Amino acid sequence: MSLALLVPPTPMINYFGYLFDGANWTFGGDSSIPDRLLQHIFYTLAALLIGALIALPIGLLIGHTGKGAFIAIGLGNLGRSLPTFGLVLLLVTMFGVYIWPVLLALVVLAIPPVLAQTYAGIRSVDPAAVDAAVGMGMRPLQVLFQAEVPMALPLIISGLRSALLQVTATATIAAYASFGGLGRLLIDGLNRNQYDQVLAGAILVALLAIVLDYLSAAIERAVVSPGVRQRSTRRRTRASTQTPAQEGAVSSR
Amino acid sequence: MITYVRNNYPDIVSDLVQHLWLALIPVALGALLALPIGYLAVRKGRRLYQPIINVGAILYSIPSLALFLMIPVIIGVGYLSPLNVLIGLTLYSMALLTRTVADALVSVEGEATQAAAAMGYRPIAQLVGVELPMAAPVLFAGLRVATVANISLVSVGALVGAGGLGNLFTGGFQLGFIEPIIVGIVLSMLLAALCDVALVLLQRQLTPWTRTGARA
Repeated sequence: MSLALLVPPTPMINYFGYLFDGANWTFGGDSSIPDRLLQHIFYTLAALLIGALIALPIGLLIGHTGKGAFIAIGLGNLGRSLPTFGLVLLLVTMFGVYIWPVLLALVVLAIPPVLAQTYAGIRSVDPAAVDAAVGMGMRPLQVLFQAEVPMALPLIISGLRSALLQVTATATIAAYASFGGLGRLLIDGLNRNQYDQVLAGAILVALLAIVLDYLSAAIERAVVSPGVRQRSTRRRTRASTQTPAQEGAVSSR
Repeated sequence: MITYVRNNYPDIVSDLVQHLWLALIPVALGALLALPIGYLAVRKGRRLYQPIINVGAILYSIPSLALFLMIPVIIGVGYLSPLNVLIGLTLYSMALLTRTVADALVSVEGEATQAAAAMGYRPIAQLVGVELPMAAPVLFAGLRVATVANISLVSVGALVGAGGLGNLFTGGFQLGFIEPIIVGIVLSMLLAALCDVALVLLQRQLTPWTRTGARA
């Protein structure tokens, strides 16, 4: 018996075969990476937009009036401990394997961080500045949109960014419930035991999340007034002895 | 619902126990790793601060399933090994807590640390004896966030072979029953709330001085 039979042949695994296969980079077809990427971005932004349209007005209202603060804080905490994977599968099991129950789950997950951070942002505005705005004769809506919102913008955007990352991540695992997007590569690869496809999906999803986060940071720098930016970082370092400012912005992936 | 729980009691308990371990071990490991890295970022030249924080932020922005499935390539285990979930969650906790440790150490700089140095504390003794106790409120806030985040994340691991209560989600989905999914969600959130309360109580035990002084 030759020795070669005792040593199991090590299969040549090409980890990057799928990612660098040009055939997967054309539009159209099930294995098309660009199609999946665009799908992922579209669903993610759609869910974030709808979630923000619901959460922003409520957060502004609660922050401006100070009424119902417990809703904003409680919802923020609830959203952080809610297992995202469970919510997706719950809604799909209840309503059937369609796109809209998954989108509904994504919208539901986008709401708590945006609402809680919007509320926290408006509450963090220096009351003296609000008084000054009122004293200048601003109407309530002017106070809100010309004084409070610009100063609360860093926290409001941090809520939107954390919702964006959470929706991106949850859209990925939703592929398990037949949802489209880049998660398909991961889930299909797992089912077919094709690790190069799994890895391609993992790398692309990670890159997408990093790029989206980077772009939203760039938008934040562009829209936040330089004066507000400096002040809020200074205040944040001082306030960090009590609770770190990052706490509210953190959500599970 | 009650019938379901009664019939599947042992499975649910074992999922719950697995969930707890998969969530808490990474927090402990992440904290152990975050302490030296955070210390390095603040005390050994502030030039390291921003790069370390940036790497942590990038790491934390990677979606969990993608992170879990990139680890097998690096450490060379099968992609259904529970190690992937453990290491992935450890990396998240480490990224989160490094930021916490660094911010905490910055927040305690001042008279007390100068006094400690003047009294002859060596750097490590000063860190353990003075700075970390003073930074306890910030450190615990970070630990609570990391713990709650991990508990809600573990269930994603059900897709790659180690999911704790996530097994109830996939099981319920495959069979078309919502009972297991609801039980899993409720237990996961209860677990998060209980661990959060436990950390608050532990913090009160460890930092009795915060209760006597003026509290904000």
